[in-house]
Amino acid sequence: MRALPYLLRGLLLALLMTFLLVPQTMEPLLRPLAQSNAPVIYNQGSLLSLTVQHLLTVLAATSAATVVAVSLAILVSRPAGAEFLPLSRSLVNIGQTFPPVAVLALAVPVVGFGEKPTLIALFLYGLLPIFESTLTSLTTLPRAVVEAARGTGMTGAQRLLQIELPLALPVILSGIRLSVVISLATATIGSTVAARTLGEVIIAGLQSNNLAFVVQGGLIVGALAVLIYDGLSALERLTVARS
Amino acid sequence: MVSSNIDKLGALIVAMVAYAASSPFATLRSNRIVQGEGFGIPSALPAWMAGLLLTVIALASLVALLRREAIPRLVSAAAVMVALFAFIGEAAAFLTPADNTYARVAPATGFWLLLFTFALLAADGISRMRPGPVMRLLYLVTAMAIIAAILLSGLWADLSVMKEYAVRADVFWSEASRHLVLALGSLAAAVAVGVPLGIVCERVPATRAAVLNTLNIVQTIPSIALFGILIAPLGWVAAHVPGAYALGIRGIGATPAFVALFLYSLLPMVANTVAGLAGVPRESREAARGIGMTSAQRLLRVEFPLALPVILTGIRIVLVQNIGLATIAALIGGGGFGTFVFQGLGQTATDLVLLGALPTVGLAFVSAVVLDALIDMNSISPARKDA
Repeated sequence: MRALPYLLRGLLLALLMTFLLVPQTMEPLLRPLAQSNAPVIYNQGSLLSLTVQHLLTVLAATSAATVVAVSLAILVSRPAGAEFLPLSRSLVNIGQTFPPVAVLALAVPVVGFGEKPTLIALFLYGLLPIFESTLTSLTTLPRAVVEAARGTGMTGAQRLLQIELPLALPVILSGIRLSVVISLATATIGSTVAARTLGEVIIAGLQSNNLAFVVQGGLIVGALAVLIYDGLSALERLTVARS
Repeated sequence: MVSSNIDKLGALIVAMVAYAASSPFATLRSNRIVQGEGFGIPSALPAWMAGLLLTVIALASLVALLRREAIPRLVSAAAVMVALFAFIGEAAAFLTPADNTYARVAPATGFWLLLFTFALLAADGISRMRPGPVMRLLYLVTAMAIIAAILLSGLWADLSVMKEYAVRADVFWSEASRHLVLALGSLAAAVAVGVPLGIVCERVPATRAAVLNTLNIVQTIPSIALFGILIAPLGWVAAHVPGAYALGIRGIGATPAFVALFLYSLLPMVANTVAGLAGVPRESREAARGIGMTSAQRLLRVEFPLALPVILTGIRIVLVQNIGLATIAALIGGGGFGTFVFQGLGQTATDLVLLGALPTVGLAFVSAVVLDALIDMNSISPARKDA
């Protein structure tokens, strides 16, 4: 029975890969959703290349967000940056109220249409969960451990790199996981401003009233999110087990 | 007391102000879609107004640099923000050529950056004071009253966003109420279904994993796809279920948007209800049982009030999320502020985008502040979270 979840995920991965590599195999399943003479499989670009582009966009935005958010959280949790701590907490709180569509739409006049506004929106949106989780974990580390490290004569940098960050890693990873899953779904909205993501398939479906397009775009993104979420959860468990 | 060393946030603010004050304050375009020409503060305003604005900004920057107390910081930040709001309207009146109805004046980078910088200073002041919930609501009401007064005074009438508003005032208010109905209505439905479902999940552990996993999977479907996917089943219901059409159920438009928002809202509602009830201390339950309360009495009088802050947190998440997601409804003809955003994107008319985006951001912000205050008021322990 314990193997069942793995089996299901393997099956989902296999289905996703089959669909992306040989989309025609799924045509019979999606056929009832399309009108009689409409195309069933997205035909204005390869699903595989859109998927890769989608993932690259999310990867680029999340990596940048991770570097910035973790650095900022480290900064405000040091004595030198402590002045910024209350402010950064309220900023995170306020930042989360900005709707992704608004961020996207407001970035367009500044940087133009295409990938850039999407990257900006995903970056800004990805910052918050990572910053919040990193800050929480760094400020709630067991005091005894940190004091012990200080007692053995470790410098501030040594304590950070050898004690604090490794201990905080699982929580930081959970922030990254949340950020990735939100970005995967939000990236689809980027196609309203001409970014090449899987949202293109969904929007093409909405515009031509072709439900088959909407469903395949939605299902690919959903499957990617489930698989990546599980993969990162597994990574987290690994780091918890090690520390 | 003037502190001996210079405040770090103050130094950051001065650097941002120096950059912002040398950037264009307002742009003038000959019509609503062409590129514009930027004007710095000295050229965007009559001389005495420019002088006054720059003086206020310089004084507030000095306060930020030299004073650490919360109140001077908040007061000076508020003064600059009010001045910025007032003078951007004056800049629009000053820059618009006489008798030219096509010319558009909009706030430019410098204005937005100054506003952001001093909002930062105000936020720092407020978060240092750690105000209680009632105080925070008072700040919110004050800020809203100032903005409402400026809007009603006609000070902004020459700004491009208000010109976009002026030509579609009726549509604006009908889309605004549509947006609110979508966001609040789906929230109400999610509370009505999610809280009882959460109670069941907490009482019957067998259902918990199944319900939460299903709702988790719903969350992974991108919003634009979920909105689209619902078109087909709802269209079928409208056509085949007697009375459904008369109730206003349609395949496109507001109905699929409402259902999609409802589905997204269920997970936070159910999960937070479960977490809230699970967090009720065992002693409280035992004590309630001990004085002879029935199961229903215990739920209503003991467990539910104790779980309320966590449930309210769920409501906050859902409301802020729904206000943002409701913009997407416009893609499937569901209306709301998204209508202006997507029309504006289509016409590359930034002012129209702002007409949709600014109220959305404002609405989300106001609901977040109000619900945070409500959560604090209902928390039994006096310990508040920072910020």
